[in-house]
Amino acid sequence: MAVKQASLRILVVDPTLCDGAGVCAELLPEHIRLDDWGFPIVHAPEVTRETRADAERTCRACPKLALHLRRRDR
Amino acid sequence: MTPAATPVPSPTAPGVREPGPVGLPRLLVGLDDGATDLAAHTRRFGPVSTSRVNALGAEVERAGLSGRGGASFPTATKLASVARSGGGVVIINATEGEPAACKDHLLTTRAPHLVLDGAVLAAAIVGSAEVYVCVGREDREALRVLGQAIAERPAHEPSVVLLAAPHRYVSGEATALTRWVGGGDAKPVWGVRPDERGVRRRSTLVQNAETVAHLALVARFGADWFRSIGTGREPGSALVTVAGDVERPGVSEVAFGTPLARILDQAGLVGQPQALLFGGYGGSWVGAADAAALCYSNKDLRRVGASVGAGLVAVLGADRCGLAETARLARWMADENAGQCGPCQFGLPAVADALDRVAWGGSSRADLARLHRWLVEIDGRGGCAHPDLTVRMIASALRTFAVDVERHLTTGPCEHVRRHPLLPVPDLRGEPWR
Repeated sequence: MAVKQASLRILVVDPTLCDGAGVCAELLPEHIRLDDWGFPIVHAPEVTRETRADAERTCRACPKLALHLRRRDR
Repeated sequence: MTPAATPVPSPTAPGVREPGPVGLPRLLVGLDDGATDLAAHTRRFGPVSTSRVNALGAEVERAGLSGRGGASFPTATKLASVARSGGGVVIINATEGEPAACKDHLLTTRAPHLVLDGAVLAAAIVGSAEVYVCVGREDREALRVLGQAIAERPAHEPSVVLLAAPHRYVSGEATALTRWVGGGDAKPVWGVRPDERGVRRRSTLVQNAETVAHLALVARFGADWFRSIGTGREPGSALVTVAGDVERPGVSEVAFGTPLARILDQAGLVGQPQALLFGGYGGSWVGAADAAALCYSNKDLRRVGASVGAGLVAVLGADRCGLAETARLARWMADENAGQCGPCQFGLPAVADALDRVAWGGSSRADLARLHRWLVEIDGRGGCAHPDLTVRMIASALRTFAVDVERHLTTGPCEHVRRHPLLPVPDLRGEPWR
């Protein structure tokens, strides 16, 4: 149980880096959608076992490296 | 000001405290003579000793002093965090970003040595030898008076550096000011607190000028004296700027828990107001009926969705349009975004446009519904609290002036929209960030 807790990650956008390229919403629509100006809204921040690999890939694909996976306790 | 309220300075044995001034004012005691020199200051408040500084951190905690810059954060917690890191930096924030407030100005121009006492004491508590006092560069009087006061300080103290900070609203935000003192733009930093990583990556204490002025009194008169007024949860006094539709706008010092009606009466309330804006331009509107029975404290104000914030209480008279007034504030807050984050940079101007349509005509049910959606979507998505506070202030206006929203939508703008603006919205768009 403790191991499972520690592995929980949430998606966080650094809004000062993000320039609204929109790659994240395209690659990870189950977690991220765009607002009316093209900037990401993380509507489901908690990454599941099923979406973990996609989430990591999306973080790497962000042209500004503004998307982060963080431990939930932070 | 009664001389009886002023403590008589006398040599005291170590550990024996001077009796503090009884009642109010505390910070503003004996200022009527206009003297701002060190001798007058020492006559007024008595000497302050830095020898008991080891105990002072604990005394501040026992006093229950909280930040007076807006967030009401426990001062002792911040002090302890920076003290743990060692060799930190101290920034005293007297930049007064709120256009309608003037407590930082009053304190720095009338009691500069009290602010400097507090700055030096805070530095001693956290073990810092690098102390900055930041004043908005537009406040030339504060810069002059503080500059003269700094020149009078005793040689054994760490030298205080006076800085003239950029005149932008978010420049006074703690991370923005820290970044600027370190040589960058006065724009907020995302994801890291100044006490974690501040000026030149060192742990940095950022405290409002009023907060450290209280600290300077706690150092003299102790925690029990500090707690002898105010409420159990929010002890002490606070500077309040009453602005708007009153006969005597300005700053007064009140105990937390003072009936709001008394504060407004003293400022010369004329007739029954329509609503009050608490905290600052990123604060909350509250209808006059909901505010009538409240006391001035975060505990009471939170019941109506507000907080004391930076100490602004703005009064909106009955013959005003709260929507037009809020639309001007929204536009000003949008103009004051730092251009760093999309939701703030693009969202706030769109929100201000939509609110203009509500106030001056051209809105619709669908337009209003979209505005409400934006207010929810923007909240929490900036690098600092600027967009959050702005959309919450607007949401509080749409609640407080709900009847007017309905009337504006169905029958057009009310007869008050063309009145002269109540609250100041100075154009700062050309002001540099450095």
